[in-house]
Amino acid sequence: MTQFETVTVETDLLICGGGMAACGAAVEASYWAKQHGLKVTLVDKAAMDRSGAVAMGLSAINQYVDLNSGNNTLKDYVDYVRNDLMGITREDLVVSIARHVDSTVHLFEKWGLPIWKDKDGNYVHEGRWQLMINGESYKVIVAEAAKNALKEAKGEYYERVFITHPLVDGDKCVGAIGFSVRENKVYIFKAKATLVAMGGAVHVFKPRSTGEGFGRSWYPPFNSGASAFFTIYGGAEMTCQEVRFIPVRFKDAYGPVGAWFLLFKAMATNAQGGNYMKDNAAELDKWEPYGKVKPAPANIRNWLMMLDVMDGKSPIYMQTADAIKKITDQAADEKEAKKKLKELESEAWEDFLDMTISQAILWAATNVEPDKKPSEIMACDPYFIGSHSGASGAWLSGPEDLQTSETKSEYFWGYPHMTTVSGMFAAGDASGASSHKFSSGSHAEGRIAAKAALSYIVDHPEPPKVDQAMIDGLLKEVLQPLETFEKHKGATTDPDINPNYIRPQQFMYRLQKIMDEYAGGVSSQFKTSDKLLEKGLELMAFLKTDKEHLAAENLHELMRAWENVHRMYQAEAHMRSILFREETRWPGYYFRADKPTMDNTNWLAFCNCVYHKDTGEWDMIKRPVKYITK
Amino acid sequence: MPSFVIPDKCDGCKALDKTACQYICPNDLMVLDKQTMKAFNQDPQMCWECYSCVKICPNQAIEVRGYADFVPMGASVTAMRSSEDIMWTIQFRDRSIKPKRFKFPHRRGVQEGMAQPFDQFPTGDADLKSPTLMSEPAGLNTERGKVKIDKVLTL
Ligand SMILES: Cc1cc2nc3c(=O)[nH]c(=O)nc-3n(C[C@H](O)[C@H](O)[C@H](O)COP(=O)(O)OP(=O)(O)OC[C@H]3O[C@@H](n4cnc5c(N)ncnc54)[C@H](O)[C@@H]3O)c2cc1C
Ligand code: SF4
Ligand code: SF4
Repeated sequence: MTQFETVTVETDLLICGGGMAACGAAVEASYWAKQHGLKVTLVDKAAMDRSGAVAMGLSAINQYVDLNSGNNTLKDYVDYVRNDLMGITREDLVVSIARHVDSTVHLFEKWGLPIWKDKDGNYVHEGRWQLMINGESYKVIVAEAAKNALKEAKGEYYERVFITHPLVDGDKCVGAIGFSVRENKVYIFKAKATLVAMGGAVHVFKPRSTGEGFGRSWYPPFNSGASAFFTIYGGAEMTCQEVRFIPVRFKDAYGPVGAWFLLFKAMATNAQGGNYMKDNAAELDKWEPYGKVKPAPANIRNWLMMLDVMDGKSPIYMQTADAIKKITDQAADEKEAKKKLKELESEAWEDFLDMTISQAILWAATNVEPDKKPSEIMACDPYFIGSHSGASGAWLSGPEDLQTSETKSEYFWGYPHMTTVSGMFAAGDASGASSHKFSSGSHAEGRIAAKAALSYIVDHPEPPKVDQAMIDGLLKEVLQPLETFEKHKGATTDPDINPNYIRPQQFMYRLQKIMDEYAGGVSSQFKTSDKLLEKGLELMAFLKTDKEHLAAENLHELMRAWENVHRMYQAEAHMRSILFREETRWPGYYFRADKPTMDNTNWLAFCNCVYHKDTGEWDMIKRPVKYITK
Repeated sequence: MPSFVIPDKCDGCKALDKTACQYICPNDLMVLDKQTMKAFNQDPQMCWECYSCVKICPNQAIEVRGYADFVPMGASVTAMRSSEDIMWTIQFRDRSIKPKRFKFPHRRGVQEGMAQPFDQFPTGDADLKSPTLMSEPAGLNTERGKVKIDKVLTL
């Protein structure tokens, strides 16, 4: 067995992840840590410049509340989020983020992010809450500020260290364990407080493309459920684990549709030219009151489209040519029309090139000129992304000043954005029931949680108690796949086919097959039922025990092994939560065939869960939805 | 094979202490073959076609070939990134369609490496328990706004 060096790092605040939320946390924490003489450490599995969902860049900042203009209030934003999530939302958390997000965006601009401006110097909005940017280097810029902040505060960051498990002492989080994917080193991070910001999860479900395009999921293949696993395994109460997100995007390459719908006002139709939003409007009655709000919730828009798909009326098209014609028709003369067309063309292509370059390749390879013919759109596959239009994540304490007398006992336990585990904070995709924070809101939430974590550290200055026996046990478990491979690799002539072990890729395929077929994946048009879920959980139990036989040939594969263990816990929490919620509430995300209607009397409630790692048992908990707005 | 390396152009980043493509790939896909000193994508099926490796390669040795399972052959999208702009060239499968070229800025006003995290706006109070974040409330305002926010809002 190869020898591994154990590196022990002691710190005050540990930030797990290096994405939008983690970079926000690093900046904010460094500012306050400098004043209080505290140490901040950040750990990312990749290189911060291009890690996480914003690796490629983005073409829009999707949350900007613009409070300073007087056009919008915090309540306007809460109304939008609550309705989009069919009533299930933690208003205190949504407000907590919304009241800070504008300052985050203004910092981005100071750091060099080009935000589009009109001729009067105002930001160009894509929609009411979205700003257009030249965002190719969005993540590079945000990471640069984070790294500079850490440097100024004498903090440190580790890249290419993969976090596997939390370290827990009773009901308190005391750090994390991980390994380097570059050299034979295991890391023990001992911390007084830990902030979880390792993104959401993809490839829990089988993607639509299973050949070379397997990696072209809408959500980046490198976010693999580490946040969910960390919080679940650490004993944190989780929320909205049933609320997956399925975006509708251009078919196959999953390029963004936001600019087309919002900026260019394009319409989507079925193959016959029918407008499914109009034709299927009667369906909206079933999902009242949310079905009737404007804009219609994302999942309801999916659902009306899927009704046409299930009726055999696909392909579904984004009518790009019509939209462009409508805009250029408004031009005064031919010359201006030509100029406008050129402008639109550049904006449309930039939208892809800034954040889904594959879509540009696909358009070029299929000779698409958007002003000449429409392009197909399609629902992608299910993802876990609490920062977008899904809601899965950890259950957090809201800030005290945003509670009412009714919410305080339910939603407040001391430190803003702390999980139910003492000293464990969460932000971005890692935190639940506060959707629609996107890149900017995730950064803002990272900042809020980081400041709260430092105030926790000042109140709890005692050094973390880390049990050596626990570390020894975890070290062995983390490296076991390497040992398993070494021990058994000689048993057969083909290292992939060996009765003694399972390699991470096949393990992932098995997980995806269970989820796809039993938990409402692509192949069943997102439909499932109690019986299917029960059977799926039965098969999942086998997979869980086969985890002991995962084998890895090298450090890269060891990372793949743990990514898939992380995905598996996200998967189980998801199935259990769908089963627990005895209704269908987000028909465009998943449909429970045995409970096909929404039941607001009994289920206008959060479905939460807690995992007990010592027994393997899950507690399912129903918690009331209480609003802080009237 | 989504990202691919042109052997004649790749020099294994000899001049650097680590290979640029391996350093940057968010999914840990780019590795160096120590024998040939050329890089390759070790698991193309897990590639997001994010172009991070393409943009960072000092020798323009990496390109992307669309996913073979759904992208017809013959088109290409290439990127040239300088310190402030990025140039894109889109070649269609049908060569009678004129290739498209776009140039977009990717940062404005701040030199690479110089993003200054603190003191962009004054911070209102020094209380760790208050909801005031670094740079607030001043940073919530813009010159363009109608109202001036003088404390962090509640509902
Ligand atoms: C395709 C797509 C398009 C989007 N478009 C927009 C848009 O136009 N506008 C907008 O505002 N928002 C958009 N979003 C949303 C935005 O990207 C997310 O809200 C935001 O990135 C969430 O931040 P995060 O920090 O939670 O996760 P991420 O930014 O994804 O960061 C996750 C981090 O965790 C690290 N990590 C993961 N696992 C581990 C581990 N085990 N150990 C250590 N580190 C780990 C990763 O390397 C990464 O650094 C889009 C998202 C996607 C996927
Ligand atoms: S960055 Fe370019 S030159 Fe360097 S190893 Fe990779 S492909 Fe070769
Ligand atoms: S395109 Fe992105 S995911 Fe693919 S190898 Fe290059 S850096 Fe990695």
